[in-house]
Amino acid sequence: MTSQGSPSVSQPPARPLWRRALGPRLRAAGLALPLVAFVSVTFLGPMLSLLTKSFYDPEVADALPETMAALRDWDGQGTPSDEAFAAVAREFVAARQERTLGRTANRVNRVVSGMRSTIMGGSREMVDAAAAAEAAGVEMDGAFWRETMIGIDSRWGEPEHWRALQAAGQRLTARHYLKALDFERGPDGGYQRAPEVWRIYVPLFWRTFLVSLGVTLLCLVIGYPVAHMIANSPPKRANVLLLLVLLPFWTSLLVRTTSWIVLLQNQGIVNDFLVAIGLIGDDGRIAMIYNMTGTFVAMTHVLLPFLVLPLYSVMRAIPPAHMNAAVSLGATPFQALRRVYWPQTLPGVGAGCLLTFILAIGYYITPALVGGQSGQLISNMIAYHVQTSLNWGLAAALAALLLGGVTLLYVVYDRLVGIDRIGLG
Amino acid sequence: MVRATAVAVAAMLAGCAQQAGDGTEPGSSAPEANEESITVVSYGGSYARACVLGYHESFTAETGIQVNLEDFNGGLAQIRAQVEAGAVHWDVVDLGVADTVTGCDEGVLELIGPELLPPGPNGEAPADDFLPETNTECGVGTLLYSTIYAYNPETLPGPAPTALADFFDLERFPGRRGMQRKPEANLEFALMADGVPKERIYELLGTPEGLDRAFRKLDTIKDEVVWWEAGAQPPQLLADGEVIMSTAWNGRIFNAQVLEDQPFVIVWDGQIMDRGQLVVVAGTPHLEGALRFMRHAARSESMAGVGKYIAYSPARRSGQALIDRHAETGVDMWPHMPTNPANMKNFLMADWEWWADHRDEMQERFAAWLAR
Repeated sequence: MTSQGSPSVSQPPARPLWRRALGPRLRAAGLALPLVAFVSVTFLGPMLSLLTKSFYDPEVADALPETMAALRDWDGQGTPSDEAFAAVAREFVAARQERTLGRTANRVNRVVSGMRSTIMGGSREMVDAAAAAEAAGVEMDGAFWRETMIGIDSRWGEPEHWRALQAAGQRLTARHYLKALDFERGPDGGYQRAPEVWRIYVPLFWRTFLVSLGVTLLCLVIGYPVAHMIANSPPKRANVLLLLVLLPFWTSLLVRTTSWIVLLQNQGIVNDFLVAIGLIGDDGRIAMIYNMTGTFVAMTHVLLPFLVLPLYSVMRAIPPAHMNAAVSLGATPFQALRRVYWPQTLPGVGAGCLLTFILAIGYYITPALVGGQSGQLISNMIAYHVQTSLNWGLAAALAALLLGGVTLLYVVYDRLVGIDRIGLG
Repeated sequence: MVRATAVAVAAMLAGCAQQAGDGTEPGSSAPEANEESITVVSYGGSYARACVLGYHESFTAETGIQVNLEDFNGGLAQIRAQVEAGAVHWDVVDLGVADTVTGCDEGVLELIGPELLPPGPNGEAPADDFLPETNTECGVGTLLYSTIYAYNPETLPGPAPTALADFFDLERFPGRRGMQRKPEANLEFALMADGVPKERIYELLGTPEGLDRAFRKLDTIKDEVVWWEAGAQPPQLLADGEVIMSTAWNGRIFNAQVLEDQPFVIVWDGQIMDRGQLVVVAGTPHLEGALRFMRHAARSESMAGVGKYIAYSPARRSGQALIDRHAETGVDMWPHMPTNPANMKNFLMADWEWWADHRDEMQERFAAWLAR
């Protein structure tokens, strides 16, 4: 804003609006600072550091600097130079004495299985060979080590194993992502799709996507009439119904999931009931849990409130007069529902479905408890690599792919429907 | 900084999972760092009970150091997470040899010098007294156990299974089978049942064809398998009639037989023998107490003490000589021991070196196979 209407031209130009507004804005932003700090420390920081692990792995490079320098110009054919042999021997022997070689060996073992014993067992003998050579006064040059190492383990004469070492030593690496997409190292050192029996992550991503989609649709089919009923009940009854929706929402996730185990297991209440009324025989009990059915049932139940609540608040804002008007103008109840009511609930449907889907795609505890083998989702695999195999690089790559997928869906949704059309009431 | 945060996060996650897994409150079983107490982690159930009665109690009586017992299902994950996060609250852990060797190489376990090992009751030198390959750089061998399979004659009428191949024979023995949810032992069982001589098992598993063959054999019973994870599960599955036969650790079946009068029968054919070791977690604040515990556990009397309550064989010859009767029922223990020659007509010694090399890869393949 300029000083329009001011008679004086000598007055210094007023500060632009954005500057004048800066003070109050900063103060307002200051109020949000604790939240920003909290989110950065507890969420953004750890998340970024973990995601970094998916493509940055300095461990081997830091442990074997000379080896990596000697291998830098090696073309991956035949065996590397004598200097590389000498560097490997020097660094292995030193790392072995400091008890740090095991970590390196395990990293390399993830690239090619068996490298752990080649490195650990080989280095043990290399220490002895070095001591023997020193006692005999033999010069330990590259040629000596080439002969000694290949003598200890013929694998050192094969390019495949040197390539594994070279690959493990790259600081910036795509190998976790390639693994997460079921690619493997081919005989020529390039990457190719893994044979079918080794493919695990891509089918799991698909399964996770389809289960999430199925659970979301199931929630919608079950939740839509419920939300409609609550929204159109007299206040007193609506409160009771809402309580029924919210009560499980306030109950611990673990309690709800384990309740399903009690209900659905082989010797559970549902099967007992079916046997009691003679619908199935005692030996024909239905497997409803520890499989995909269990995952579907429990996840749908757990996620249902996330769809009902946004739907309910949107539906409550739709005046009943609209439906009455449509019917009085000659629409059948179905037409009125489809052309008048449904379009008005779309913001709630969008919000509820997006929320449910995104929650479902990262679901972990419920499938872990009731999914058995066939009901496991990609998050369970991420948890496995974080907690058990401790392959955090791979876990991070899988998590990044999942996050990327969700973000992509969000963008597509925004393009198709428009994120501003989402309504929570 | 970045690394430290990530480590802390993973340790936190691992902690949460452990909580979700066994339902214990964090720290509930571990009193505050107290010089007079150490935390020992083992596999729970009747085995842990045998250890408490067999030598934990005598250790506490002798030294005044309390032993807090925690349960886990094996593996290095929690130890690694504790060491990397610099928050070690486990002191002594019961581990398999493949894990001991891997953990030792990585430096997350304390080196145990041979000078720690006590001589036998008649002055036997530890070097000769321990059975071959029971001790490693970081691990002290305490026992030998076998992964066998057992059946419940009450739920399996008709002819009794007598050989490993019967476990895979759905025609003669239709019904569900229990197996541990990990590749270890199962791959070996599959190849042995498929007729591979036991000297060639690991050599064959190292080839793509051999591995495919093992999984093809497992495929034949996959639909009928109930997977167990904790050692206490197989006797329960057998007792409940959930399965007609199950792989199991032999001591667990023995305990169900003598303490719960279960009619289970162990098939001593094609079983896989392995060694159990104790290790000390690197950087434990109770190193001295932990080492005293190790020295106590390494005595032949301690190993034989365990053998008074569960059918696991001492890792020392002098300990085996002390094997006697079950402390509570008076049952003669020797016929139930995995090292009894009568039980060792056809067994495979687990190759820890092969598993240390191939475990990550096998677990991936196994997970992919299970999910299919």
